[in-house]
Amino acid sequence: MLNRRNFLKYSLAGAAGLAVPAGIKASTGSAPAEPKKGDTRWVFLVDSTKCVGCGLCVKACKNENEIQYDLNVSRTWVERYVVTKDGKVHADSPKAARDGFTTQEIDQGHHGKDIVKPGDITKAFFVPKLCNHCENPACVQVCPVGATYQTKDGVVLVDRTWCIGCGYCIMACPYGVRFFHPVYHTAEKCTFCVHRLHAGLKPACVEVCPFGARKIGNRLDPNDPVTRTILDDKVQVLKEEFGTKPQVYYLGLSMEVK
Amino acid sequence: MVHGEIWTIKELFTYPNEYIYWSVQIVMYPFMTGLVAGAFVLSSLYHVFGIKELKDIARFALVFSFALLFAAPMPIVLHLQHPFRGINVMMTSHFTSAIAAFGIVFFAYGAIVASELWFLYRKHFVDKALALREKQDKTFGEQLWYLLYCTLTLGSYDVSEEALHRDEKAIKILAGIGIPVACFLHGYAGFIFGSVKANALWMTPLMPVIFIMSAIVSGIALCMLTYIVVMEIRKILIRRSRKRWEVTLEEVKGVELHVVQMTSRYLILFLVLAITLELLDLIFRGYTAVKSWDVLRSVLFERDFYDIFIMQYGIGNLVPLILFLIPGLTIRRTVLGVLLVLFGVFMMRWNVVIGGQAFSLSFAGYMHYSLPIIPHDWETFKEGLFGAVGIFIMPFVLFYFIAKVFPVFAEAKQEGH
Repeated sequence: MLNRRNFLKYSLAGAAGLAVPAGIKASTGSAPAEPKKGDTRWVFLVDSTKCVGCGLCVKACKNENEIQYDLNVSRTWVERYVVTKDGKVHADSPKAARDGFTTQEIDQGHHGKDIVKPGDITKAFFVPKLCNHCENPACVQVCPVGATYQTKDGVVLVDRTWCIGCGYCIMACPYGVRFFHPVYHTAEKCTFCVHRLHAGLKPACVEVCPFGARKIGNRLDPNDPVTRTILDDKVQVLKEEFGTKPQVYYLGLSMEVK
Repeated sequence: MVHGEIWTIKELFTYPNEYIYWSVQIVMYPFMTGLVAGAFVLSSLYHVFGIKELKDIARFALVFSFALLFAAPMPIVLHLQHPFRGINVMMTSHFTSAIAAFGIVFFAYGAIVASELWFLYRKHFVDKALALREKQDKTFGEQLWYLLYCTLTLGSYDVSEEALHRDEKAIKILAGIGIPVACFLHGYAGFIFGSVKANALWMTPLMPVIFIMSAIVSGIALCMLTYIVVMEIRKILIRRSRKRWEVTLEEVKGVELHVVQMTSRYLILFLVLAITLELLDLIFRGYTAVKSWDVLRSVLFERDFYDIFIMQYGIGNLVPLILFLIPGLTIRRTVLGVLLVLFGVFMMRWNVVIGGQAFSLSFAGYMHYSLPIIPHDWETFKEGLFGAVGIFIMPFVLFYFIAKVFPVFAEAKQEGH
């Protein structure tokens, strides 16, 4: 008979049963909140003085990671900055620079094109961008279901089978690297081509860059050339004021870069 | 086309992946939770603080808050790219996220409202169940009602003086707990925005408090509006057949005006608090003028000037404030006032959610949201005008059905009107 005592007993048992799936998910460790340190911490080095804005990296990334070629999103992109004598900064990244910068016109979106006279230009340069795989990633912090997580080797990933598509991570990323995958409808971003790294290969963008503007290395290996550059040279990171501790380091970054 | 591209117009230099990802449904989400919280706080003013002038509207506000409660999570469900995975938030709550506890806070609050309603209506359920039990030859419909009322009594048929007194005590305690929980529910919605450090417009510790104040304002306004509409319907019914009603037309008119005038005082109080906090935030940003101020200023004072200063502060705040402050408040003036207040709070949500995405993370470009009006696929339907209007209508439809089980005026008559 279901008296009050039994009712309470069964209710408690039921509540305990409901808590089981959460326990299982937590114990399988698919979304560790604090990754344990191993012997690898992938970091990226961008030498912006070497980038010519050819866009091969963007093309390679789209092919490697199956991001539709014609869609206006990309895991990585290249920005062009043109500074004129009046101190004005003209910047663009048409189609994420998928086809490189083939014209002198600056893409201003709905505003059309900016035409800058070559004689007015004081400096111009290109800056490749990608996920910063931050040490303190805001996207991981805000994911309500733990679908975005950081691996032991520092790479920030998204579990496409678990992401609910709320977009909070997209809002939280100060670098604007995230978007919704048009096929899977889940949050999407650069993975440092972790599948290639695990196979002993370099990320597609690093592999394809003809000028060596993109490099990947292991921050925990003191003899790694990337680590040596980070330690020995004057490097910068993007938007460090957000406290995310980004792990993409830049050589030759100019103050105009946002 | 990727999500967000269809309604985003990008200008100047924006990053390639930037679009308006949080669209009109995310405007509706804090708007609806705000109404829930506000309606509950209004009902609690009577139950906890014993503000007798609000007695009539308190019961009404509680039932309406319950109807609103079901509609509050719907915008999020419509917004999610994977709505059927929404339950994952409960399965693997990642508590460093401000959204993770939403389910828990929401259900806790729902349980409080439901319990309070139960104590408030227990006698009604018992009376109905007993009356139907004694009735011979019940129709099928009556049989169903009988089953429903029996279930709703939860087996508790004791309606002695002492038991009812205990009910009242329980209501008072639940309403007392409910106020901080309701504020938490909505302050929490404010925290979801206020804690996004990447967004220069959202990030302020004032955001949760601003959200709570405007929530109470909107909740009171909607309760007043619905109360007036229901009273007007009653008046029409009384005019048509006087015999069925225990109250006269003049009595209803008197009660209506008295309740509305009393409630409007609280509306003014919270409206002033909300405006003060919002202006404080604005002044502080301008005075400190950190890195993001240049782009924020161009959004606030140029691009969104019309939406913010004309629509929100002007038409939505200042005009109703003047309408309420002019002596001799009438029902007609109140209706206009509360409609404008509701519009103002909606515009505030709009200017926070859409305004926060109006500028690029590059601080060198802008994004304009063009609300899809005529839908041409599921996405433009649910995240367009129709989806938003559907969400707004939902609580009124629910209220119609819920009020059949929880009559908002039946007992008011017995209590002396």
